[in-house]
Amino acid sequence: MSQFILRRLIESVFVVLVMTLIVFFGVSVIGNPADIFAAQECDQKCLADLKARFGLDRPLWEQYFLFLGNALRGELGNSFQHGLPALQVILQRAPATLELAFAAVLLSVVIGVPLGMWAGLKPEALSSRLIMAISTIGFSVPTFWVGLILIMVFALWLGWLPAIGRGQTVTILGIELSILTWNGLAHLALPTFTLAIANIALIIRLTRAGMREVMFTDYVKFARAKGVAWSRILMTHVLKNIMIPVVTVIGMEFGGTIAFAVVTETIFSWPGMGKLLIDAIEVLDRPLIVAYLILVVLIFVVINLIVDIIYSILDPRVRLRAAQT
Amino acid sequence: MRLMLHIAFVVLTALSTPVWAQTTTLTIGVRSETASMDPHWSQFPQDKQVEDHIFERLVAMDHNSRPIPGLATSWRSINDTTWEFKLRENVKWHDGQPFTADDVVFTFNRLRAGIQGAIASPAFVLTNGNKRIEKIDPQTIQIRTDGPFPTMPEEMSFFSIVAAHKAANVQPSVDFNNGKATIGTGPYKFVEFRAGERVVVERNPDHWGQKPHWDRVVFRPITQDASRLAALMNGDVDIIDYPQTPDLPRLKQAGSRFAISEIASDRVIYIQMSFRDMEPFVRNADGSPAVINPLRDVRVRRAMSLAINRDAIRDRIMGGASLPTGNVVPPGFFGYSDALKVDAFNAEQARQLLQQAGYSQGFRVTLHGPNNRYINDQAIMEAVAQMWTRAGIQTDVSAMPRNIFFTEVIRGDPMSIPGFDVGKFSVWLSGWGTATGEATYTVRGLLESFNPEAGSGNANWGRYTNARVDSLSRKARTTIDANARLPLLVQATEIGLRDYALIPIHFQVNNWAHKITLVHRPRVNERTYAWDVSQKP
Repeated sequence: MSQFILRRLIESVFVVLVMTLIVFFGVSVIGNPADIFAAQECDQKCLADLKARFGLDRPLWEQYFLFLGNALRGELGNSFQHGLPALQVILQRAPATLELAFAAVLLSVVIGVPLGMWAGLKPEALSSRLIMAISTIGFSVPTFWVGLILIMVFALWLGWLPAIGRGQTVTILGIELSILTWNGLAHLALPTFTLAIANIALIIRLTRAGMREVMFTDYVKFARAKGVAWSRILMTHVLKNIMIPVVTVIGMEFGGTIAFAVVTETIFSWPGMGKLLIDAIEVLDRPLIVAYLILVVLIFVVINLIVDIIYSILDPRVRLRAAQT
Repeated sequence: MRLMLHIAFVVLTALSTPVWAQTTTLTIGVRSETASMDPHWSQFPQDKQVEDHIFERLVAMDHNSRPIPGLATSWRSINDTTWEFKLRENVKWHDGQPFTADDVVFTFNRLRAGIQGAIASPAFVLTNGNKRIEKIDPQTIQIRTDGPFPTMPEEMSFFSIVAAHKAANVQPSVDFNNGKATIGTGPYKFVEFRAGERVVVERNPDHWGQKPHWDRVVFRPITQDASRLAALMNGDVDIIDYPQTPDLPRLKQAGSRFAISEIASDRVIYIQMSFRDMEPFVRNADGSPAVINPLRDVRVRRAMSLAINRDAIRDRIMGGASLPTGNVVPPGFFGYSDALKVDAFNAEQARQLLQQAGYSQGFRVTLHGPNNRYINDQAIMEAVAQMWTRAGIQTDVSAMPRNIFFTEVIRGDPMSIPGFDVGKFSVWLSGWGTATGEATYTVRGLLESFNPEAGSGNANWGRYTNARVDSLSRKARTTIDANARLPLLVQATEIGLRDYALIPIHFQVNNWAHKITLVHRPRVNERTYAWDVSQKP
């Protein structure tokens, strides 16, 4: 196991390196942030000074090696816009995004798994067909559209929920959480649902497919023949087996949800990391963009590791194979 | 008896509390997020408009961007190279300390030393003319320059004064964001800055000026246009900036719970072109490279201007929110020329002019421009392209995000090397706001020849050159007497624009949408201030 983790880590270092290379040069090819930051009254000399101050006048490869050298010492550079270490700026806003992502994944499991099981158990029932039809729609509609429609219905027409922003927060262990207050929950509801809707559809479909497969396996038939209670068959035997693909997907989607909640955060003015990324791209805040993407790669690596570990808990075959090698 | 008194007291308190406890809060939904509370950190309007609630400048600006007394009550030029400013007396910082000339000197020194990490500090204002400050007495300062400097009052409205006893030895930006150094003299005091979420300020009861209506002001950034409008309609915010033009008619409708405030801004939208012998994006009608760039012929440029139907752009694209123009500074500004009329749409005359210039077959151009910088920028470009194509100039449009566009237009050409910038495009759409409220910077930046030494022509990316414009503009820049300077600026503008150094289209009309119970008096300089908003009586 430790060997496996080590190999994963070495791989991820390589991924991070390649990623920095692509992002660094990619962002620099787009344009020069000084051209955007400078006031129009800032004349040619003032513009040249600005570039020199941020080292943007040096050759690109030199800038890159400077960046790499600093990165090895753990410094990812200061955000141009905020003037603070890029990582600090991102981490300040991480709790808001993590909260949103957790809530969304939780919601998609709580709604998706039971509905999917039902649809798999009674594939011919009208309710199951309805569930599947809705899941197809949930899959197909774009997030920003869902977000705007939700705002229109629940915030403007019905007036039940606030349209934008994060609600009242409570600080626990130095982290601000909005999930613990009513006001916070009300603000959380719409963005969470927007972010969850595609995942709910995905999990319904996966669970249903898993159900259809597992229900016809020998061990289920045997259990039924033995007269084991339905609830026990479902909860112990079936659920464990269908969870394996679901866990993988939840893991992947969780990473994606954290990293790219961009659209949802922009629509709902959610003060998280995704909105930060969009604003950073807008003004070519290179240190911030690079730091953000490094963080995202690391999040994915960690999540994949966790998924692999959960696998071995759910599926004894994985454990046995690992023990043999 | 005591019981009676007690009851009376309780009843009275109960009756009066709601009145006393009622604090009025104004929540403003803004398009862009404030990056920092350090007033010397950036030049972004979204940062400035928030800071202006807390900090003040020596010279303030009225609604039409004319200089009015701020922390300085009066100013005059003593001789060709010296300006004297009298400071306002009995002004207190938010912590009760008195404001004096030392604070102004400190601010100059802070800017001169450079703000560590700042992306665009206003320090260039001090470099410009090599401004040196001297304290004469606690209420008087003098500023000396290397040569005559007529726009000193306007430039003193570029940056805020910070407190010497608070802003010394602090971490730039950081200590302003956490409130440690955010002690100003302005009508509002700093309460809270939460990056990306909100900025909160509360009224300063000891401010010298007129008392603003609101006890508390909250700025909330809402980037998404549709969400910003939704937040207004939902009651989350009271007023928003930049409502989208397609929404305006609905908001203006009778019976709507909302109202629009609008004003023609100082931002002119124009088409600029490049004057090299051969242009990469100008070709003959048959697709071969056009040798001797047709754009060099003033008849061609005039034809391009006449072919644009500015009224149609205003009515069909801008939802009425534009002011067609033939000028570069808005009406009422120092340097505005009455003689420059809007070119009336005349496709026939445009075709004739092209014929006279020898382009009866027309030619082809690509019109470049940003798609997220100005109001409806891409739609304007598409409309112009259609109008030109109809007049015989086959036009393609290439719109791109502003972060790509501005680098490319300044130095996108492969010939570009550091210190010798060459732009990539041949014809493009751009904009310029006359932030100083007068034309000196505008003429110098847009019409004067490109010259890094003199700092002129820094937005003249097409390298238009006209010796008469240059000499008039340079003379204006050293003429302190306003009465003598005005004709120079007007003349320079008239010569440049009659020669079509650029083709003005319109001034953006800026809109704000707010609850119908509010009154908002907008400003030409695009900023939103809480004291411009009040409750309808």
